[in-house]
Amino acid sequence: MIEVRELTRYYGEKRAIHNVSFEVQKGEILGLLGPNAAGKTTTMKILTCYMPPTSGGAKVAGFDIWDQPMEIKTLTGYLPENPPLYSDLNVWEYLDFVAKIKGVPAPKRKEAISVAIEKAALGDVQKQVVGSLSKGFKQRVGLGQALLNDPQILILDEPTVGLDPRQIIEIRELIKKLGGDHTIILSTHILPEVEMTCGRVVIINEGEVVAEDTPGNLTRRLKGSERTVLEIGGDAKVASEVIKGFSEVQKLDHRKIDKSDHVRFTLETSTDIRHDLAKAIITKGLNLYELRTESYSLEEIFLHLTTKEEVA
Amino acid sequence: MKKTLAVFQKEIKHFFYSPIAYIVIAAFTLIAGIFFYLYLSSFVEAAFMDMIRSQQFRSQPQRFNINLQLIRPYFWNLALISLFVLPLVTMRLYAEEKRSGTVELLYTTPLSVGNIVLGKFFAGIFFYFVMLIPTFIFMGILFIYGDPEWGPVLSGYLGLFLLGSAFISGGLFISSLTENQIIAAIGGFGLSLLLWVIGWAANYSGPGLSAVLNYLSIINHFEDFAQGVIDTKHLFYYFIFCTFGVYLTFKSVESIKWRS
Ligand SMILES: Nc1ncnc2c1ncn2[C@@H]1O[C@H](COP(=O)(O)OP(=O)(O)O)[C@@H](O)[C@H]1O
Ligand SMILES: [Mg+2]
Repeated sequence: MIEVRELTRYYGEKRAIHNVSFEVQKGEILGLLGPNAAGKTTTMKILTCYMPPTSGGAKVAGFDIWDQPMEIKTLTGYLPENPPLYSDLNVWEYLDFVAKIKGVPAPKRKEAISVAIEKAALGDVQKQVVGSLSKGFKQRVGLGQALLNDPQILILDEPTVGLDPRQIIEIRELIKKLGGDHTIILSTHILPEVEMTCGRVVIINEGEVVAEDTPGNLTRRLKGSERTVLEIGGDAKVASEVIKGFSEVQKLDHRKIDKSDHVRFTLETSTDIRHDLAKAIITKGLNLYELRTESYSLEEIFLHLTTKEEVA
Repeated sequence: MKKTLAVFQKEIKHFFYSPIAYIVIAAFTLIAGIFFYLYLSSFVEAAFMDMIRSQQFRSQPQRFNINLQLIRPYFWNLALISLFVLPLVTMRLYAEEKRSGTVELLYTTPLSVGNIVLGKFFAGIFFYFVMLIPTFIFMGILFIYGDPEWGPVLSGYLGLFLLGSAFISGGLFISSLTENQIIAAIGGFGLSLLLWVIGWAANYSGPGLSAVLNYLSIINHFEDFAQGVIDTKHLFYYFIFCTFGVYLTFKSVESIKWRS
């Protein structure tokens, strides 16, 4: 449904994105994940035909961003990073204007606006002036605007920013519900958001795509994505030597646990050696309080991918 | 066309939802009213003095022409007030969209640059028309108490309207270049003033250049309208002027969109 090919964009001398390529299938929810200034907004502005790339291209629903921007604009609902609102209009007037410029014919306009108001949960404020609304409601007016006329494709730039936790959950639920019928790209710098809502994630950092996969696969793909955690009571030095005795151990950290003589070791191993480890510790007369494995959270993977530090 | 109308209606709402519109209309009416009063009283005084003089010397009273001696200079006056006030009307037209980021809405919905620019241009003209309405009342007073000719009044308004549209097209262009309303207002005023005084410079330049400058001068073309003459030459000038102003706005929007 969306095909992005080697997009590069400069702002003057500054390179904002470089050779960004990815695809989005029909009905998929793609998360564009990256820290601030990664180039998420820039990518979205190009896909919505707000501005052209310096080089590269993209096709949205089969239409080319260079040659057929009007077709793309007709099919796409866009929620920019800062909701584009007219603070002196009331919510209904604002959505009415949006419906008109989206080309919703007069007889269907009222219905279309009501549906958008319903989806974005704006019923209580529809006669209120946009400028007087709270940040959360403004964000929802922006979302209502994007959803108006039920576009096939939704491009949402950080849709949950500025919302309170309950609203965040509501918006995520809404986005999930919209997936399937709609093709959605959403950007975020919040990891749990991708894990919760997206079927696939493209991680972008300093303008370049650094990884692309399902949230689950991404975790799995990074081998060594499991580590072993041990809590041992007794002589820490002895314990440390026992662990180091195994050639499979690749990395070892230890930290004293407050108010006890227990030490927590975190280690990465090439194969699963838990059973041998447990035996060795016990035969040395140490007390084993805990032995478990832990997988890396997306958060850590993300950090790894974006800081280029070795995890495994 | 429908989308141009949507932009037009939205702009009209912005005008009338903001206190600036009422301040601008009130200021325009007040200044226009004061000048009207001054012109009227000096006209009446002159006519009255002449009547006394003619009685004293038993000569024929001079014929005072209200069109020539009151209405015509008054139109010039309105043109001058418009020069000062219209930048306040055009300043927000584009700059505010850029400042608040609503250009992102306009540029990512299926609106053409033409829809946006023309909607805004006609909204500016409509607002100017509303601004002129109170002056109809002043003119009405002349028709109640005197008998001016209709023709020059109508042609004067046509001229004023065309002149205003030309100012608006220039102001809109300046507004499209910046996101700062103050800069847009000052720039719009500067451009209008320049086009106004360019005719004066003609007096000090060689014959070739002087003809060009005289032609470019926005106010030289107004003269005939104020006198009651509608010349297609001047209609053509204002038409071209507005088209050019709108075209430049169009180009600036397109190119800035391309770069930003
Ligand atoms: N209008 C602009 N002019 C100059 N630089 C810009 C502009 N917009 C964004 N940038 C730069 O481009 C980079 C990518 O920005 P952006 O796409 O907004 O990132 P994100 O949305 O991921 O935070 C940043 O370094 C930012 O400073
Ligand atoms: Mg951003």
